Amino acid sequence: MAGEILRHWYHLPPFPGFPPDLSQYPDMQRIARTVQTSIGAKSLMAVTGIALLLFVLVHMLGNLQIFSEPEKINGYAHFLHSLGPGLWIARIGLLVIFVAHVWAAVRTSRASREARQVDYAYKKKDLATSYAARTMLMSGIIVALFLAYHLMHFTLGWVDFAGSHVGKLPLYTLQDGTEVPDVYTMVIQGFQHPLTAITYVIANLVLALHLSHGAASLFQTLGLRNRENAATFTKLGLAVGAIVAIGNCSMPLAILFGIVG
Amino acid sequence: MKLSLHVWRQAGPNDTGRMEQITATDITEDMSFLEMLDKVNEDLINEGKEPIAFDHDCREGICGMCSLMINGVAHGPESGTTTCQLHMRSFRDGDAIYIEPWRSRAFPVIRDLMVDRGSFDRVMQAGGYISVNTGNAQDANSLPIKKADADAAFDAAACIGCGACVASCPNGSAMLFVAAKVSHLGHLPQGQPERSKRVQDMVAAMDAEGFGACSNHYECEAVCPKEIPADTIARMNRDLLKASLCD
Ligand code: HEM
Ligand code: SF4
Ligand code: FES
Repeated sequence: MAGEILRHWYHLPPFPGFPPDLSQYPDMQRIARTVQTSIGAKSLMAVTGIALLLFVLVHMLGNLQIFSEPEKINGYAHFLHSLGPGLWIARIGLLVIFVAHVWAAVRTSRASREARQVDYAYKKKDLATSYAARTMLMSGIIVALFLAYHLMHFTLGWVDFAGSHVGKLPLYTLQDGTEVPDVYTMVIQGFQHPLTAITYVIANLVLALHLSHGAASLFQTLGLRNRENAATFTKLGLAVGAIVAIGNCSMPLAILFGIVG
Repeated sequence: MKLSLHVWRQAGPNDTGRMEQITATDITEDMSFLEMLDKVNEDLINEGKEPIAFDHDCREGICGMCSLMINGVAHGPESGTTTCQLHMRSFRDGDAIYIEPWRSRAFPVIRDLMVDRGSFDRVMQAGGYISVNTGNAQDANSLPIKKADADAAFDAAACIGCGACVASCPNGSAMLFVAAKVSHLGHLPQGQPERSKRVQDMVAAMDAEGFGACSNHYECEAVCPKEIPADTIARMNRDLLKASLCD
């Protein structure tokens, strides 16, 4: 399945003006040369993975304010929007990081897919790997699809299974008198619809699966893992997965079951 | 013992190949796996059929020629053991045994169970050596090396280049082999002058041969007959990044 998607993906025609000419910038050339190697591409995936992981954690902490009074999360959303250009720099930065991560993922997955063209007749036994490790590409693709939906749902307000907030976000008056979009009500109303809540729960379990391998794997990729600390990193990966699963799923579930809102 | 073998048969590099069922009779449990195949081949020859082609040389676990995917595990069910050192006491009378060649684009099948591992040789030629002016060997203890470094170098040097790591990797990656060869010299003073160039050249050669990209499944470590640790891969990653970004 993941392979099918890849097959279509990498036969896209080259993009005009890409890759850019770096002959004037030796440091950029070095980086470009490094990420062309298998190890360099993996490392790019690890470094961008760290950035995305940190974003996921901060994003989660911010959103957990939904468990507090509406003032909190509405004030927080207002603060983020008041950053103006800062917000756009962060958004574009995240997009670039995300694209780099996916580029490296597709590149390495393609190399690996082509490396074994005839498979074993007797299914190769898995002795050390995990379900999470074997499904990284698929879990990543699911996360990307969910991300597109998530942005269209809450950021752009284009889609909603209940149709409640599409195009008409209610206003909320902060204690200091400022009128701001009522993010609190938007989230509560959104997750009161079972289809929305379940979509978020499933997608975040998939993200947690991706991170349970990713957060451990990146230490090996960046050359920091060894016999002594290997078990610690494996546990760290599982812990990160569990934190993201519990933290991100708690919100839709609590709202769906009427514990919040 | 009587066994039901399912063996990959392929007449030559361009043949499509197929699994063939062959019954092995009069097998004793003190035979090695390769002796079992020798016995099967004698029977096949007596019946006027083509014997099964498979690689082997030393039959004592040091040359790295024997290969064979046995019931989905490279070098068979015993860990830390080459196919030639595997004995039939690891199997039961009546067992079905699937025997296949290493599967990797970089290891094309020559015939039946034999694959061409020339890609490993080309990776070695790209930097798996040190350039020295030869002469008399120097005095044994003139170059002091820390015990920990000597041990780490020796652990990596134990790699026999069999290719089981590639065969068992879900990505068909050769990282464990290349890392063993890079680290072996990288741990020692003699390996330092060419350390940066070595890792870059060997990784470039590895990529050019069409091996896949490691994604840290650790299947290689689990089947390596010389128990090369995946630590060596982390070390090579670090060496490559440093060499490629800083040197
Ligand atoms: C389009 C979406 C995504 C795709 C296709 C994708 C794909 C992949 C793939 C194929 C790997 C390699 C696995 C491996 O080599 O072991 C990987 C690693 C990783 N991903 Fe993603 N991913 C996506 C989104 C994300 C997101 C949103 C995050 C973070 C929140 C993330 C974090 C990581 C981390 C930390 C790694 C570990 C890198 C390493 O092994 O060194 N990924 N990703
Ligand atoms: S690292 Fe182990 S499995 Fe790979 S070639 Fe060397 S001895 Fe064989
Ligand atoms: S035949 Fe030499 S290692 Fe097995």
